[in-house]
Amino acid sequence: MSGAAVARTPSLWRQFRRSARAIFGAVVALTFVLGALLAPWVAPHDPFTLGSFNLMDSELPPAFMPGGDARFLLGTDSQGRDVLSAILYGMRVSLTVGFAAVLLSAAFGTVVGLVAGFRRGWVDALLMRVADVILSFPTILIALLVAGIARGFIPMEARADAALWVLIFAIAINEWVQYARTVRGQTMVESDLDYVKAARITGVREGRILTRHILPNVLGPVLVIATINLALAVLAEATLSFLGVGMPPTQPSLGTLIRIGNENLFSGIWWVVVFPAAALVLLVLSVNLVGDWLRDALNPRLG
Amino acid sequence: MPGFLFRRLGQAVLVILVVGLLAFLMFRFVGDPVAAMAREDASVEERAELRERLGLDAPFVVQYARFIARAAQGDLGVSFRNQRPVAELIAERLPATLELVFVSTLLSLAIGIPLGVYTAIHKDGWLAHAVQTTSLVGISVPTFVTGIMLILVFSVSLRWLPSFGRGEVVALGWWTTGLLTPSGLKALLLPALTLTLYQLTLIMRLVRAEMLEVLQSDYIRFARARGLPERDIHFRLALKNALMPVITVTGMQIGGVIAFAIVTETVFQWPGMGLLFIQAVSFVDVPVMAAYLMFIGLVFVAINALVDLVYLVVDPRLRNGAASRGA
Repeated sequence: MSGAAVARTPSLWRQFRRSARAIFGAVVALTFVLGALLAPWVAPHDPFTLGSFNLMDSELPPAFMPGGDARFLLGTDSQGRDVLSAILYGMRVSLTVGFAAVLLSAAFGTVVGLVAGFRRGWVDALLMRVADVILSFPTILIALLVAGIARGFIPMEARADAALWVLIFAIAINEWVQYARTVRGQTMVESDLDYVKAARITGVREGRILTRHILPNVLGPVLVIATINLALAVLAEATLSFLGVGMPPTQPSLGTLIRIGNENLFSGIWWVVVFPAAALVLLVLSVNLVGDWLRDALNPRLG
Repeated sequence: MPGFLFRRLGQAVLVILVVGLLAFLMFRFVGDPVAAMAREDASVEERAELRERLGLDAPFVVQYARFIARAAQGDLGVSFRNQRPVAELIAERLPATLELVFVSTLLSLAIGIPLGVYTAIHKDGWLAHAVQTTSLVGISVPTFVTGIMLILVFSVSLRWLPSFGRGEVVALGWWTTGLLTPSGLKALLLPALTLTLYQLTLIMRLVRAEMLEVLQSDYIRFARARGLPERDIHFRLALKNALMPVITVTGMQIGGVIAFAIVTETVFQWPGMGLLFIQAVSFVDVPVMAAYLMFIGLVFVAINALVDLVYLVVDPRLRNGAASRGA
């Protein structure tokens, strides 16, 4: 397997270099991820420490417009916070939720898929029925229900701190299904192949067969789903935060910023909502472009 | 045929019971109903009496059966937040959501099908390419961003259209409609457009893919060989068969669209069920959340049944083979 992976790497790289869309997507996505990671160092201002911003600077338009201030490239909000800095910090929160939800659902879904595909029988039937039920409801509805139920159990004063974890869980509970189905199908195919049979006959333990022989062969599809799901997770997070059941204004994600900007829409300070929205759309679009390319390049059978 | 119908009915009842169980679990175990309904200074005895009156001391299965029985009679409990029967709240909000979903689905079919056919027939033309690319970007723009941008352009800058509410409505019995007044229609335009754009992309891409596939098939090539005019081939022969999956997907989507209307209704403060549900989630108004879940479950089952029936009408092969398909 490792030999095959090594042999495939250069051709994948060559394919990548030939796709203008993939390069564009990767460059934009990487820029955003770096900006988010390094926000405390690259952001021109610290938007969330009281006293570091000034009401005197409130509602300034972007620097390139008449009345703009060179200190605030994308303008300021109604409290004098720098919009660019708020976006960088917000991107940090959005991507944290996105990556965490993807990791959690990929890990859980892969394990479920491996077990269901290898054991089959009633374990398989039960897991796949649960998956069917989750798939038949829209993501946003399940996520909202989870968020609502979590609110019922978490006391008011702890909600802001728990918001990040609730969001990660609410999104991951929808997304593990896709990994589980794909990995299950692939596991069924692999476990009927001769090399797995041979391993079984020679007395290799089940756990070892799963992790050493089957797992490496299902990682390609998992990677493709993970990339596409990162975009979906970021979108779901933004939607929940926009609806007011996600990140609180004290720790805003891109969705929260758009929600706050939306409330000020009629005061004419459009930059407070347009720039965070544009950042969100560009982020999702760039990740989608990379995901599309990866799907075509690896061409896995997705279930 | 009757066997097929019975099996479908059995499946539907099962789905409703499972969704009902989820709703009941939520109703019963999220928060404490007694704490939510009792007065602040109620004594221990008063609370115990309320617990008994609500039937919370009965065995679990009995409570579940009672919950389903009450729900079947239209009693969905009382909202914690505004102390009104949930069924009444839903009946009040239902027309707004259904009108929004109905109009936007009609619009997306009316625009999506011709666009899909066009891009399939002229698949190498520049206009088709432009439409395809635009639709890719459209997928990446979330619904609430679309809505906000429409408000920025048409309400804030141009001041042509209202950005919130339903405008003037006319009451027809218990149903209120905004389709009969100019201000109601104006208010409907932006939210309906937002929801249309969400559905449009998918319908268009689906029609295009199906058309491309059907146009490759033998009977179309045969029709071409016979020298039938292109117009007849495209619209009388190909489109009919390409539309079959579109019926299914549009049907399946309506459930999702009703749920997704939550976002549109929040952006435009549209007084429908989605807004009711979002407020319920924010205030942990459990009876409303549970009722909404059951409503969505019911809509899914009803639409599934409807799609099956439409298939029976549209596809004569199924009418004769329905019994064997059910087996």
